[in-house]
Amino acid sequence: MTLAVFFGCTFIAFGPALGLFVFTIARDPLRIIILIAGAFFWLVSLLLSSLIWFIAVKASDPRDEPLQKGLLIFGVMFSVLLQEAFRFLYYKLLRKAIEGLVALSEDGCSPISIQQMAYVAGVGFGLMSGAFSMINLLADTLGPGTVGIHGDSQLYFLTSAFMTMVLIFLHTFWGILFFHGCEHRRWWEITAVVVMHLAVSGSVCGVDPAPSRDPEVLRDVPVPSHPCPSLHPGGKSGHHLLCNIFSPELGDPGQSLWGRHWVHLRQPANWCGLL
Amino acid sequence: MITFMNNSDSEEEACNERTSLMSAESPPVPSYQDGLQASEAGEAQKRRTGSNRSPNNIADGEMSDSGVPVRESALENEEEELTLKYGAKHVIMLFVPVTLCMIVVVATIKSVRFYTEKNGQLIYTPFSEDTTSVGQRLLNSVLNTIIMISVIVVMTVFLVLLYKYRCYKFIHGWLILSSLMLLFLFTYIYLGEVLKTYNVAMDYPTLFLVIWNFGAVGMICIHWKGPLQLQQAYLIMISALMALVFIKYLPEWSAWVILGAISIYDLMAVLCPKGPLRMLVETAQERNEPIFPALIYSSAMMWTVGMAKPDTAARGLSQQTWDAAEDGRENHRSPSHADSQMSETRSPVPTRPITSLEELEEEERGVKLGLGDFIFYSVLVGKAAATASGDWNTTLACFVAILIGLCLTLLLLAVFKKALPALPISITFGLVFYFSTDNLVRPFMDTLASHQLYI
Repeated sequence: MTLAVFFGCTFIAFGPALGLFVFTIARDPLRIIILIAGAFFWLVSLLLSSLIWFIAVKASDPRDEPLQKGLLIFGVMFSVLLQEAFRFLYYKLLRKAIEGLVALSEDGCSPISIQQMAYVAGVGFGLMSGAFSMINLLADTLGPGTVGIHGDSQLYFLTSAFMTMVLIFLHTFWGILFFHGCEHRRWWEITAVVVMHLAVSGSVCGVDPAPSRDPEVLRDVPVPSHPCPSLHPGGKSGHHLLCNIFSPELGDPGQSLWGRHWVHLRQPANWCGLL
Repeated sequence: MITFMNNSDSEEEACNERTSLMSAESPPVPSYQDGLQASEAGEAQKRRTGSNRSPNNIADGEMSDSGVPVRESALENEEEELTLKYGAKHVIMLFVPVTLCMIVVVATIKSVRFYTEKNGQLIYTPFSEDTTSVGQRLLNSVLNTIIMISVIVVMTVFLVLLYKYRCYKFIHGWLILSSLMLLFLFTYIYLGEVLKTYNVAMDYPTLFLVIWNFGAVGMICIHWKGPLQLQQAYLIMISALMALVFIKYLPEWSAWVILGAISIYDLMAVLCPKGPLRMLVETAQERNEPIFPALIYSSAMMWTVGMAKPDTAARGLSQQTWDAAEDGRENHRSPSHADSQMSETRSPVPTRPITSLEELEEEERGVKLGLGDFIFYSVLVGKAAATASGDWNTTLACFVAILIGLCLTLLLLAVFKKALPALPISITFGLVFYFSTDNLVRPFMDTLASHQLYI
């Protein structure tokens, strides 16, 4: 995949957010700190929700496909709820910070208002969410491969980039709405944000993975059975993993789900020899 | 097994020194000011006392209290607000170099294969981790850590003793030797590997010219005079080089255990009354000397425009602060820097309006971070980039965790106003996030990505 794809997807996904950052946030140190703290809060919420999902997956039967799918959907919903809970916690923290800033300032008004904080917090959440969704994909666009070789959509990177951009914007807006709802005690606003978030995450759930993503089909593809030496100048271990996934000697089908398996689908078997 | 022989202990220097934050200003000493009258110095001291609340000042006990108490309350309010404004600004002034150092390290790790290849170990970590059993491997890594930390403790105590007994020549020689090695040898190796990676041919005369210039300017900037930004850039580069050496030569499990152990050591060395780093800081403060420039990154901004002193009648609050600023800068820089600045500030230029004095005054203070902190932050992020199965999320998570830890540490600095260890909080967050992201978040995100789900 070419550099054009890399830069194109990067700028589609992060361009608007970068513009927002450069023009509205970068000048004020306080806003940068609120941004990074917002990213941190999102990260902690993701950590906790991954923990729950991980425990659930480990406790369940890995071969039961519908159960795994159900657990994934449960994981997504739980993660959304936890993110909103952490948004609320962050709101509480920022409220306390504003009170501190007001107390410290001479003229009784804080250098930053709660609305600005809401905006920056939303951007922080959005940037981190987008980064976690997109960065690994972007790293893989720099490597060799063909998108959609097994009949999947050729527009995978493009749709992911657009979806990430949309999500960053959505998090920003949700941040503003959420804080506004908390400020003015309008619980319907908060519920609306949570419902919207659930709806957005849940609506993408409807996208069925193409049949060729099925691990059983993967195993039928004739592949070299040895780990292929990587010709990539960087020699990243990821490429060894790419080749190994195709090996039918990999006993556990669960393993093929992890480690950027969507890219492997797009690489024909004979690429392994070239890699 | 080939072991990498460190031909001087001095390369330990940068990592065992000053792993703590401290404020930029030393207490003012009238004797440094030629041309400043005693009254001005007194007023400046008063201003300094009043400005103790700022996050950058060292403990109040050292400030002599003199001057008019009338302005105290008015000063206090302004300072409290300035504290927070300064606090945020200084956090960013440290975020930027830490981020740059990490970016350099991560970019190198991800592109240059040399630094992720295993080519032997340092003599400080003699036990190999190639054993089959988990228990043996853990034991070896703990033993490696014990040896490494003991070496660091011994070096630090040795340095503090040398400093206490005023063996400045020895210390300077040691520091010069270690920076020589970093700036020439490690840069040569780094440049060689980068050229190899990108398959760029460079002839020896060009290489010699480049390395010679880089190293010579670096030595001058770090140990003598130089533009602040160039000095900062060089300090970032040598921290990155040192971190890369550690990433290459520390075996995996040992690296993580060493990171944990060194943050505990840092906590004790800076906070315990008899801790070596605390004694170093206190001795430096007693003698009103700055800590060696080769060991500390200073974020204080440069006073680039000379200003003549307005007449006494027009002197307001800001003017006093400006005096204090000038005093502060001259004191917390190394004497050589002070010379150049004093000459700048004494040169006659037209007076500026008071507003710009206030603006310029805001940039006077900085905060200092030890180079060891840079190195270990970068080691953590670099190791995460090198060993987290090619996953970028882990690197990003560690990066954010370290920045938040640094932010919290600076907050504590604003509250406690004394030298604090910068490693414990950041490294703890970094380690927690590394292990949890690598083991818990990565499978979750990979599964989500494979189903194109967005949360």
